[in-house]
Amino acid sequence: MTILHVHELSKRFHIHQIEREVAAFDWVSFTLHAGEFLLVRGPNGVGKSTLLRCLYRAYVPSAGQAMFTSTAGAIDLARAADVDIMWLRRSEIGNVSQFLRPRPRVSALDLVAEPLLLLGHDWETAQREAREWLAAFGLKPEIWSAYPATFSGGEQQKVNLARALIAPRRLLLLDEPTASLDAEARAALVERLGQLKARGVAMIGVFHHPEDVRGLIDNELYLAPPDSGSRRNGEEYANVAE
Amino acid sequence: MAATMFDAPRLVITRPLLQARGLVKRYGRLTAVDGVDVTVYPGEMLGIVGESGSGKSTVLRLLNLEEATDGGEYYLDLPEYDGVNLFDLDRYHRREVRINQIGIVYQNPHLGLRMRTTSSGNVAERLIMAGERTFATLRRTARESLAVSEFPLDRMDDLPIRLSGGMQQRVQLAKAIALKPAALLLDEPTTGLDVSVQALVLDTLIRLRRELRIATVIVSHDLGVIRTLADRVMVMRRGCVVEQGLTDQVLDDPQHPYTQQLVHAKL
Repeated sequence: MTILHVHELSKRFHIHQIEREVAAFDWVSFTLHAGEFLLVRGPNGVGKSTLLRCLYRAYVPSAGQAMFTSTAGAIDLARAADVDIMWLRRSEIGNVSQFLRPRPRVSALDLVAEPLLLLGHDWETAQREAREWLAAFGLKPEIWSAYPATFSGGEQQKVNLARALIAPRRLLLLDEPTASLDAEARAALVERLGQLKARGVAMIGVFHHPEDVRGLIDNELYLAPPDSGSRRNGEEYANVAE
Repeated sequence: MAATMFDAPRLVITRPLLQARGLVKRYGRLTAVDGVDVTVYPGEMLGIVGESGSGKSTVLRLLNLEEATDGGEYYLDLPEYDGVNLFDLDRYHRREVRINQIGIVYQNPHLGLRMRTTSSGNVAERLIMAGERTFATLRRTARESLAVSEFPLDRMDDLPIRLSGGMQQRVQLAKAIALKPAALLLDEPTTGLDVSVQALVLDTLIRLRRELRIATVIVSHDLGVIRTLADRVMVMRRGCVVEQGLTDQVLDDPQHPYTQQLVHAKL
C-alpha cells in the first residue's frame, strides 16, 4: 500500500530582511509504501532535514504535493488544514528529531508517556509503556523521575527517541536520530525500528552514518543541490533492495 | 497574508468550539482590532502574539464579552447557544455566558481576584453567581477546583494578598475552570512570575489542556511560553492578523516580514 506519494515538492525560503529567496530543494518526487524505509542522501546543506520538516509541516512547502494515505482518507500534507496536521501528528505521523526539547519540571518518564495520554490511554498504561521504552534504550532507571534538562546529550536523546516512538504511527520521519547515541542504544534503536517496519510503519530517514541502519534501507533518494542542473530530484532514486 | 494558504479541514470533522468572525473594536479614531477571525477546536490551545498595542489583549476582552464590540460575530458550539451570536445577547444572558462558559486568567491577579476574600471564597463566588447556595457543595467544589489547579489546599483559606504570584495565578485558574467552561482565556498568565514558578504553572496548563476538552486562547509576548503551550498561533500587528499557523511552523518558518522580525528578535 502506498503511504506517501511526493510529487515535485519544492521549498524556498523568502527572507524579507535581505529581500532574497533561498532555495532549499527543488522538484523532489518519490513514492513510499507501507513498511518501506527510504534513506535521504546528499551533501550538507542540500535540504535533507528541510524535506523532513516540510513533510511534518514545521515548514511550509513552496510547491508540489505530498499525498499521505491516512486511515481517515488521502490528504495532501502540503495543503492540509492546520487542524488536520495536528491530528496527523498526534496519531499517524511521528517525528524523531536530533534533540530533545526538555520541558522545565517534567520528568523523563512523564515526557515519554505524554504522547500516549494525548491519544487517550490511561495513566497507568502510559507509564508502564514509557518505562519499557526507556529500559529498551538503556536509560538508567534511577534517573527516570529526574528532569532531562540536566541529562547528558546521549541520555536526552534516549528520552527523545522513547517519546517519539512510543505511540503507534504509519509514517516516521527520522532526522539523524543516532547522532549522539552510544553503540548499545544505537543497536536498540535499529532493533525497534526493524520491529516497527515489520509491522508496516513507513520511514524516511536522514543519517550522518547510514551504515547505522544499513539493514533497514529499502530505497535511497539522492538530493542534488538546487540549481545544479539536475532539475528533477528523485526521479531515478536507487532501489537498494534490487 | 492572513488568508489561509491551506485547504479546509478534511480529516478533523469536529466543529470548532469557539468561533469569532470579523471582530472589530474602535477607541475613538483608533481601530484596535480590525476584522479578526478566531477559531478554536475542543481541546486546542490557540496562541496570540504581537507587540504591545497590536490588539491581542483587546481580542481577549472581546472574547470575554467584557467590552462592547464594534462589529463581528461570536459563537460557542453549545446546544443552548446553537447559532446564537453572543454579541447579540442582552446583558442578562451575556452575564450568564460569562459566568458559566468563559473562564479568564489575567496577568494582573488584582483584576481577577478579590484580595480580601479567602482563596476558596474567590472560587466559591463563581459558583454562587451561577446559583449554587449549599455551603457544603460550595466548599467541596472550590476545593476540587483548587486541587485541579494544583493549589496547596492547606492555604485555601488564606487571602490572595498573602499568596505568592504563582499561587495567585492558580487561584485565578481554579476560579476560571470551576464551572467547566467551554472557553478558557489566558492573558499573559505567567508573565512576571519567577522562571521556576512559571515552569510549574505551564505544566499545570499543559495538563489541563490535555484533560479538559475546552477551547483555550492564550495571549503572550513570550514566544517560549507560546511554543510550549500553543498548538496554533496567530500573529497580530496593528489590529490585524498578519500570519497564522501551526506554532512550530510560524516560529520556525515565518512567512510574513513582520513575523520574521518578531521571531528573530528573540534572544
